Amino acid sequence: MEMKVVKRTFALAAQITGFAAALACGTAQAQQINVKIGALTDMSSLYADLAGPGTVEAVRLAVEDFQKANPNSNVKVEIVSADHQNKADIGTNIANQWIDREGVDVIVDTPNSGVALAVNEIIRTKNKVFINSGAASSDLTGAKCSPNTVHWTYDTWMLANGTGKAIVKNGGDTWFFLTADYAFGHALERDTAAVVEANGGKLVGKVRHPINTSDFSSFLLQAQSSKAKIIGLANAGGDTINSIKQAAEFGIVAGGQSLAGLLVFASDVNALGLQSAQGLILTNTFYWDANDQTRAWTKRWQQARPGKIPTMVQAGVYAGTLHYLKAVAALKSKDDGKAVVAEMKKLPTDDVLFGKGTIRVDGRKIHPAYLYEVKKPAESKGPGDIYTLRATIPAEEAFRPLKDGGCPLANG
Amino acid sequence: MQASSSPVSATPVTVRQPSLLQRQGELIGFVIMVAALIVAPYFTYPLFLMQAMCFALFACAFNLLIGYVGLLSFGHALYFGWASYISAHAAKVWGFNPEFAILTGTLTAAVCGFLAGSLAIRRQGIYFAMITLALAQMMYFVALRMKFTGGEDGIQAVPRGYLFGFINLNNETTMYVFVMAVFLAGFLLIYRIIHSPFGEVLKAIRENEPRAISLGYKTDRYKLIAFVLSATLAGVAGSTKAITLQIASLTDVNWPMSGEVVLMTLVGGLGTIFGPVVGAFVILAMQFKLSSVGEWVLVIQGVIFVTCVLLFRRGIVGEIAALFRR
Amino acid sequence: MITIFGIPSAALFGQLLIGLINGSFYALLSLGLAVIFGMLNIINFAHGAQYMLGAVAAFLMLNFLGVNYWGALILAPLIVGAIGIVIERTFLQWLYKLDHLYGLLLTFGLALIIEGTARNYLGSAGLPYALPEALRGGQNLGFMFLPNYRAWVILVSLVICFGTWYAIERTRLGAYLRAATENPTLVRAFGINVPVMITLTYGFGVALAAFAGVMAAPIYNVSPQMGAELIIVVFAVVVIGGMGSILGAILTGFGLGVVEGLTKVFFPEASNTVIFVVMAIVLLVRPAGLFGRGT
Repeated sequence: MEMKVVKRTFALAAQITGFAAALACGTAQAQQINVKIGALTDMSSLYADLAGPGTVEAVRLAVEDFQKANPNSNVKVEIVSADHQNKADIGTNIANQWIDREGVDVIVDTPNSGVALAVNEIIRTKNKVFINSGAASSDLTGAKCSPNTVHWTYDTWMLANGTGKAIVKNGGDTWFFLTADYAFGHALERDTAAVVEANGGKLVGKVRHPINTSDFSSFLLQAQSSKAKIIGLANAGGDTINSIKQAAEFGIVAGGQSLAGLLVFASDVNALGLQSAQGLILTNTFYWDANDQTRAWTKRWQQARPGKIPTMVQAGVYAGTLHYLKAVAALKSKDDGKAVVAEMKKLPTDDVLFGKGTIRVDGRKIHPAYLYEVKKPAESKGPGDIYTLRATIPAEEAFRPLKDGGCPLANG
Repeated sequence: MQASSSPVSATPVTVRQPSLLQRQGELIGFVIMVAALIVAPYFTYPLFLMQAMCFALFACAFNLLIGYVGLLSFGHALYFGWASYISAHAAKVWGFNPEFAILTGTLTAAVCGFLAGSLAIRRQGIYFAMITLALAQMMYFVALRMKFTGGEDGIQAVPRGYLFGFINLNNETTMYVFVMAVFLAGFLLIYRIIHSPFGEVLKAIRENEPRAISLGYKTDRYKLIAFVLSATLAGVAGSTKAITLQIASLTDVNWPMSGEVVLMTLVGGLGTIFGPVVGAFVILAMQFKLSSVGEWVLVIQGVIFVTCVLLFRRGIVGEIAALFRR
Repeated sequence: MITIFGIPSAALFGQLLIGLINGSFYALLSLGLAVIFGMLNIINFAHGAQYMLGAVAAFLMLNFLGVNYWGALILAPLIVGAIGIVIERTFLQWLYKLDHLYGLLLTFGLALIIEGTARNYLGSAGLPYALPEALRGGQNLGFMFLPNYRAWVILVSLVICFGTWYAIERTRLGAYLRAATENPTLVRAFGINVPVMITLTYGFGVALAAFAGVMAAPIYNVSPQMGAELIIVVFAVVVIGGMGSILGAILTGFGLGVVEGLTKVFFPEASNTVIFVVMAIVLLVRPAGLFGRGT
């Protein structure tokens, strides 16, 4: 392509050094595959708690486990990480530079849909691999899907569907939406409402609040007077935390209504405390306290992150990285990003955090989702003991059907 | 105060010719800058340089207000960000050629600048700063809500397209030359404005507004024109950035961006010609280098702010110039 | 049922009350800004960060020292106020002779440092802070459910705001303060230590911000970025009210809280921009601000 030709003029110096390095390596060990993993995440801002340094630790554990399981493997791994500061242009720059100059083969995590979609395009152009865990946008495996991208942990469709369907089935059949007034909130509201109505539930009202509102009391009063059984929170981050906190204050849960958080992470529940968050219903694909294996993994993770509990995003980074390394080892090559992703799709996935699963042709990782309810302070046995399992959504129902996503890859 | 009905100025301000030494210094500086920009892509990442040039132009535009009229706008992200949205939208959805996309974005910034400027110049000093900040925040919320901006996703994969219909900007070298041309044109325009009779009036307003009024100048009108010029040039920078990096996002229009451009100008030197350029490169390089260190970016920026205000109010270029003058 | 513009009047009354509660925070913060501006001629951009520090201090004291809400309500403002005094002595005092804009830039830098440090040590998602036991629950007023804590917020802010107003406008100490603002040299000639007065004023303004922060901790998300956006709204409040008068700052704060509250009922989509729109209108009609004196 034309672009590549021109890049050569600029990157001449780098190429010469790179060439020399390649020669040196080549003579030393012919078989060795040097993989470089770049964890592009938010280290300092809104998503630092649900991804951030915990993500880097998850990558490290994945590499460690891969090497433990394959002691004789000729795949050597190096990890780099960077902070995109939630700025799409900084993220773009880092991704470009990593690939062009530092030989990064795979970028993992990348919360913030804006940055993730930008990286998705770069990776596609440069034929590398993108394993996204942190971003919510279902476009990554829909209209904007790419043969170089795997979307591991969750997406907006799955959150809406999982929460909506499971709650209606459990008797929560009248809904009031508290929606963040921008594209993301609208999408969550629309998708959830559709699921609720399809399953026999009823929408009794909604109010749209501006993003980054500190006071929700006006909106909560409207929700309260609607008498809906379920108040669906189609918002995220600080807005979700504020609305839950103030709902507790206004006695909404005590008054018999339930809150359903459509995008809530374990780190958010921690930020709220059980006193405020109790009774909240939410969907996650990973909970650290689910079984012995997740508990053992969490213990190892916590050696680097004492006092924190891992989120599903960090768990997804671990599992995705591990599966990527398996695919590279099986393929005995890392150079063609499309081929590696194709191999990842071919191999069934199996890890201690998500169990057995598959990656679909559109890049969507398929696994079960779980509906949790946040425990009352009296029920909790200690820090981190926050969820009770209310329902399991089987893998085949958890994610958007392939044909509905509009992904060109799905058409063969 | 607003509608001073004095007749159009009868006493023209004499254009102070800059001293020969200063002229020479500026010429040398300009030559060094152009040379550096030509050579740099062989040593550094070209995309980074293009981004830095866009921010440098942004900072120069901002400096036109703070440095030469003494007005601190804390809301310049409005013009930069909205221009970048509109030009990205024009290029992607309306299929405009890059030059028309940039023009559309720039016009948007000019209109926004006129509206916000008309409000803001009604107050002075600190109030002016707070009003510009508040208006920018309002427009940030508007951007967040509008459908075409894509909310948190931003506008992605903006096509670079063909300049004038036939120069392919997907070619990295061409793109680089184009951005450099835009940057230098903007830079020279600002230089020209500063050294024109109009610029001299601006400086007179900065030094002593009541005196300028008493001399018969409608200072409000001058301030408004300067504000619109500054916003427009910020718009050029924002639009070009959107085409170059092929993305327009909320970052460009949010208040930390307004703070960053203040920081760039402050570090480089308020009211110096080359200061904003140096500052932009320094701050961007720092952000870039620090991205792998992680968490401390915000704190370091804060420390630079405090240090500059307390110890280096002249900024890098200002200090260097002072050295030479000695 | 009586309705106004299609909204039952009872519900409307409830929303008015809620608006007044939000106004309490605007009033407390703009009051602090006005007090500082009056004495130091500096717009304290770090005000939002100091508000956040108050809330964070309350969290830290509860979890590491066992100091409850009531203790924090007294101690956090004292501690953060003391930090303010250190800031004034080390940084701000060098700027009084310079253009006022440098004060804005310096405090902006301080805000970044404070916020960045808090993020590094505390994370960004937020910190839990439960309602104090004594103020849980609420009253059913017939037209709305009023949580006890909200009633407490409005009561305390009214007391603090008008107490401050009284202290500045009606006492001897306040008279010195106002005189020192007008003519420091003259007041110094009376044997009053003006620099100390300036330092204490800054400390007091900062303490007010921290106090608001502690008040906010049980109901708003306690996170490093909680002050950053609030401060911009408060700036708009200050532009609308004009910083010339203490009473003006208080009344505008409460008033705009009510305006915002009503917008949440009639046109919720605009409720985060309404204050900026009011600002634009005020600038068109009365450029000096509602209570301002010139400039």
